[in-house]
Amino acid sequence: MRAAVRRALFIDSRESHPVMQKSLHINPDKCTGCLQCEMACSYENYAVFAPAKSRIKVFDFHTTGRKVPYTCTQCDEAWCLHACPVEAITLDKATGAKVVNESTCVGCKVCTISCPFGTINYVQETGKVQKCDLCGGDPACATACPTGAITYIDANWTGLTKMQAWADKLGNQPAA
Amino acid sequence: MSWAGKILRVNLTAGTVKSEPLNMKWAKEYIGSRGLATKYYVEEVDAKVDPLSTANKIIWATGPLTGTMASTGGRYTVVTKGPLTGAIACSNSGGYWGAELKMAGWDMIIFEGASAKPVYLTINDDVAELRDASALWGHSVWETEETLKKLHQDPLVRVSSIGLAGENKVLFAAVVNDLHRAAGRSGVGAVMGSKNLKAIAVRGTKGVGNIADPKAFMKVTAEKKKILHDNAVTGQGLPTYGTQVLMNVINEIGALPTRNHRDVAFEGAKDISAEAMATPRATDGKKHLVTNQACFGCTIACGRISKLDQGHFTVQNKPQYWGASGGLEYEAAWALGAANGVNDLEALQYANLLCNEQGMDPISFGATIGAVMELYDLGILKQEQLGIDAKFGSAQALAYFAEITAKGEGFGKEIGQGSKRLTAKYGKPELSMSVKGQEFPAYDSRGIQGMGLTYATSNRGACHLRSYTVASEVLGIPVKTDPLASEGKPELVKAFQDATAAFDSSGLCIFTTFAWGLADLAPQLAAACGNEFTLEKVGEIGERIWNMERDFNNRAGFTSKDDTLPKRLLTEPAKTGPAKGLVSKLPEMLPKYYEIRGWTADGQLKPETRSRLGL
Repeated sequence: MRAAVRRALFIDSRESHPVMQKSLHINPDKCTGCLQCEMACSYENYAVFAPAKSRIKVFDFHTTGRKVPYTCTQCDEAWCLHACPVEAITLDKATGAKVVNESTCVGCKVCTISCPFGTINYVQETGKVQKCDLCGGDPACATACPTGAITYIDANWTGLTKMQAWADKLGNQPAA
Repeated sequence: MSWAGKILRVNLTAGTVKSEPLNMKWAKEYIGSRGLATKYYVEEVDAKVDPLSTANKIIWATGPLTGTMASTGGRYTVVTKGPLTGAIACSNSGGYWGAELKMAGWDMIIFEGASAKPVYLTINDDVAELRDASALWGHSVWETEETLKKLHQDPLVRVSSIGLAGENKVLFAAVVNDLHRAAGRSGVGAVMGSKNLKAIAVRGTKGVGNIADPKAFMKVTAEKKKILHDNAVTGQGLPTYGTQVLMNVINEIGALPTRNHRDVAFEGAKDISAEAMATPRATDGKKHLVTNQACFGCTIACGRISKLDQGHFTVQNKPQYWGASGGLEYEAAWALGAANGVNDLEALQYANLLCNEQGMDPISFGATIGAVMELYDLGILKQEQLGIDAKFGSAQALAYFAEITAKGEGFGKEIGQGSKRLTAKYGKPELSMSVKGQEFPAYDSRGIQGMGLTYATSNRGACHLRSYTVASEVLGIPVKTDPLASEGKPELVKAFQDATAAFDSSGLCIFTTFAWGLADLAPQLAAACGNEFTLEKVGEIGERIWNMERDFNNRAGFTSKDDTLPKRLLTEPAKTGPAKGLVSKLPEMLPKYYEIRGWTADGQLKPETRSRLGL
């Protein structure tokens, strides 16, 4: 399976979709807890401003003052995808997102048990599960984030900014 | 649309909870939140009502933009008649609670009567009920929130509640939500306490999905967010320094009221400023400021989150105050600090935490301590009576008073009556730095003349949030005016008062007005609520709301004689700074203000004003 996914991403998708895969990149240092991302997510998927329906959640740890946005990281070997008995979760080759097909999903919730991160959840109102699907390649949360705490960047270089900051500290300061 | 279209009416005497449709005619005339809730209030309650009696009502209200992606769309207001002032009270709060109520499908909650036993209201979308709160009574805001989250097995439930100050009917008790956001002024928390209502716990999962023109709304709100982002105040100053950016600025222009307004500059201002909060402490090498925080939907994020020095005398062996928490904001830092001559930043934040924890307005509390310290300085109040040496500048006295006031212990009971009643009791009413019984915020009206008129005519007693002419007179927004001059100020104050009423009523935060005018608000309202909300109409609504509030106060017994300032500001010139030698020029400004308002010389609405505004 792993080889198949690799092939899908590196060969198949590169040939048919000349786009690089991107990842949602989260920097909690920049999060203010405004919840624009949660509203953008629910609006994109349900045409309603409702953090309760959002697939990205901001956690406010008030004793430390830290706010941490959290959502699906789109694992390559996705537990949810492998666990689904009806193959309702499939790979979107263009974006790398693992996407729930609502017409196939039977609401058995096995994926919610298998996911180590808790980012796929059952929705009582629909009887299906929901998870982040990267909005088909234009994630509304990243667009709505006013501080750059959530960005959508080259999946191979999510560490670039951090590397640059350390490179600056270690090699670009007078004391270095 | 964008209104939920439903209000919840709770009769605490009968223990009933009923849903009724929102009056859409009024919604179009008064928008929502402050305006609409006040319309309901003045229609239903006799202006002469005793604020703490069962005949009074109290309303929690959102606006049509609350719970939407419009920036800062998380505000709600608490409307009632204030026990501190006897005037209309309308206190506004951010955090997350307001949006949660709207997302549960309610525009507002009207509470009537009083419960025989402590109760709280729980709302889970359409389902609302009163429940026994005897286990919560006697506990702080912080404990109440924690207990309710556990009880409901829901960490996402949002709580608006009172602490001991509200229970004990401290006349400046606040309603607090999300641990440290408050509907702070005029004693709305005491009204809640008088009704044996401890808390409102809300979980809203339905969301807001009835925007009139969603496409236009997403476009216009994105454009307006960009304006906030690109503006120096809302894009840089407020997120970086918070409202505390003002401490040094206001001190330098000689308008920082100090030691109960005896002075207009504070030698310790730099020690309690935004810059001090961001500088590592000598004691433990850590900064006071931890981070900034936004309220729901806010793209400015001015809120301060700080941590105290664990070794400071106020919090030694008190780990409940060691975590990050809200504060200091400018008004609190001024009232707890400069107003009392205290320059100990840690002590100010400790007092501020107690205000949040027990639900007290730090402005009125701090300013009342200023009056107590002056009475002590004059030898009228004694150490034995107060329980502590209360000289100006004493951080120990400040911390001690904060501990005893909400609990109503010892002299704290008298502090809890506010400065007007306290100074009158000791024969020095002129030492209460207040208007209509409510204490001043952090701007001296000798150094910023427009604020004198603002305070004197504010419908809820002395307040900076009714017309923040500081923006114009100090910061040059939208145009620079001379803070020492009285010319043009009546017009300026009226324009700010009307615009602010419209912003408050929409469900947005008035801090947006550092970058936005009514021309930025109107298209957001139009996209959400309907095209009739033109710039012209929104301005007219603001003026209508102001006059409605004024009319209520007139019927409550206020006259032009109450539109005044303490003798000190009218007769004792500023001792230092740019305003040296000046007193407030209120007498020059007030007649002109009445004239342009369309009021009589006695401050009553003229019949033609009434009919022009549809009142």
